[in-house]
Amino acid sequence: MMRFIAIRLLLAIFVVWAVATIVFLIFFVGPGPGQVVHALAGRGATPTTIADITRRLKLNEPIYVQYFNYLGNLAHGNLGYDYYNEEPVSQVVARAFPVTLSLVVGAAVIWLVLGVSGGAIAASTRRPALDRLITGVSLLFYSIPSFVLGTLAIWLLYYELTRSGISFFPAPGYVPISQSAIGWFKSLILPWFTLGLGLAAAYTRLTRVSMLDTFNEPYMVTARAKGISESRLVYRHALRPAWTTVVSQFGVDFATLFGGAVVVEQVFGLPGLGYTTLHAVQQQDLPVVMGMVLAGAVIIVAVSFLVDVLYFWLDPATRAR
Amino acid sequence: MRPSRPGSRTRRTLASSGTGGTDNRDDTAGTDADDRTGHEDNGGEGARDEGFWTLTTRRLLHDRAAVASSGIVLFFILLALFAPVVAQLTGHGVYHQYSSGLTSDGLPRAPDSTFPLGTDDLGRDLLVRIAYGARPALLIGFSAAFIAVILGGIAGICAGFYGGVIDAVISRIFEILLAIPLLFIAICLASVLSYGPIHIGPIQVHQGVGLIAVLVGLFALAPVGRVIRGHVRTIRERTYVEASLSLGTSSAHTIWVDVLPNVTPQLLVYTTLLIPINILAAASLSYLGVGITPPQADWGSMIATAQNYYREAWWFLLFPVMALVTLTISFSVLGDSVRDAISPRRTR
Repeated sequence: MMRFIAIRLLLAIFVVWAVATIVFLIFFVGPGPGQVVHALAGRGATPTTIADITRRLKLNEPIYVQYFNYLGNLAHGNLGYDYYNEEPVSQVVARAFPVTLSLVVGAAVIWLVLGVSGGAIAASTRRPALDRLITGVSLLFYSIPSFVLGTLAIWLLYYELTRSGISFFPAPGYVPISQSAIGWFKSLILPWFTLGLGLAAAYTRLTRVSMLDTFNEPYMVTARAKGISESRLVYRHALRPAWTTVVSQFGVDFATLFGGAVVVEQVFGLPGLGYTTLHAVQQQDLPVVMGMVLAGAVIIVAVSFLVDVLYFWLDPATRAR
Repeated sequence: MRPSRPGSRTRRTLASSGTGGTDNRDDTAGTDADDRTGHEDNGGEGARDEGFWTLTTRRLLHDRAAVASSGIVLFFILLALFAPVVAQLTGHGVYHQYSSGLTSDGLPRAPDSTFPLGTDDLGRDLLVRIAYGARPALLIGFSAAFIAVILGGIAGICAGFYGGVIDAVISRIFEILLAIPLLFIAICLASVLSYGPIHIGPIQVHQGVGLIAVLVGLFALAPVGRVIRGHVRTIRERTYVEASLSLGTSSAHTIWVDVLPNVTPQLLVYTTLLIPINILAAASLSYLGVGITPPQADWGSMIATAQNYYREAWWFLLFPVMALVTLTISFSVLGDSVRDAISPRRTR
């Protein structure tokens, strides 16, 4: 167990280092020697700021010195400095992270519950019409991009509904939980469903396919012949192998969703990791972009690591690979 | 067992050990297309010894959903190819902003006889924009899928077949690719590229459709590669491969003759599966403003602008959305049909 954790940890660190190097190449090498400082300082930077940045980041030194300086800063948790808003990037990240976390966890609940139950029902129902209905609906939600779904949701469920007098859904935006728990919850319902339904559709398809395959296995025929009741058959015997596929897929998807939630954050104006990065780009605030990407990668790697350890702890036999 | 005739590609079925590799993206869980069984579906039909491809094509042609969805896909391909013709027929250019295209309040015009689908916020003909917008969608969808499948396939096969150090290195590359959010890197690159093209050693990077295609393809590569790797590892363990290798067959020949034919169906399924995903990814990038930017016509960026006009100009939002969703659904249905044609299930 400890060996597994140790190896996984080393791997995680390696991946983070690789990402950091790629980011370094893009930001410090890419623009070309003269341009780097201008890119980092942003448009309209005064000569003093330029000189200051050059000194701080040692931009006059050879590349490998810059690289080690950069790595050293990262190891100390220094993600750079936002010259626009005059705050360390790590603070920006710390503010944005809880928003993305709330969004992703809520969506994960929806997508797991709806996805797996939808797939199970579709696979096991005796009525082909129901199966076709579920498959059709999930196909629809699978094919609609989240920004379309989100925009439609805002238009129909917020705008039109509020116009007709039912103002249940709030305007797009985030309410921190510290301000109002109910407000926080309400501000997140539409985003949760927007993010969760697309993935739920994918999981419905996945579960259904896995279960249909399982139904063909000889042991299912035996079980049926033994007289086991239909519901027990489905829940105990058929769902189990499908579960392992779903669960291993879930780990990967959950981790990557931290990066993939950008679009929903943008549509609903939730100031999470993706949204903040996007607006940093629009303001040409490169240090924030750089810091966010690094933070994003670290978060994804960390979540993947935790998920892997969790799976291993739960069942050493179903270790992926 | 029927003797193999030259030209037919029937293969003996060995007990397939299930899908190699548990990292199954999307719906290839259950694609037990390990060994192609040329006579699986013939049942008691007699001695027609049909090859894998013949059977698959036959199943596809009989599948109504497949035929319908390929028709729709074909329509969009033709629309993209003949977009200039559409521009000619309506008499409107794709980048032209027409003052007649806006109302006196400066809002888009509803569909009428001059503008069949209405206009956008700058008075441009929406029909023409949508036709031209099909181009980046299809281009990126296809090329990114090919990049992902070809590169991912090669990497996966090498990793799975050779094992050892090669496997270790390739698997680490996959993990790095999986750890980086595509959207974040795209945002990164977009921000730096606004200052001009970037140079990293011998690599030069410019903005444009090519970059998006490469990015989307690169990040779609890792899941494909991992599954193929797992699959190839399983195939490698098979007795007939071992036998072949111990007789002195070169690795290259073994891969070509024994591994590749068993892996190709899965690669095919992945290609069709990836196309709609890539189209959506490209549209999302454009929506966020880090993909194809205006004035180039692209459905994602059109939707981004249109969402501010949903009250006054519903057609501006609705038609690009319909185009995107229809194309994606058609590709998804087609992909499902291809997967079912390759490895049909007994029930449903």
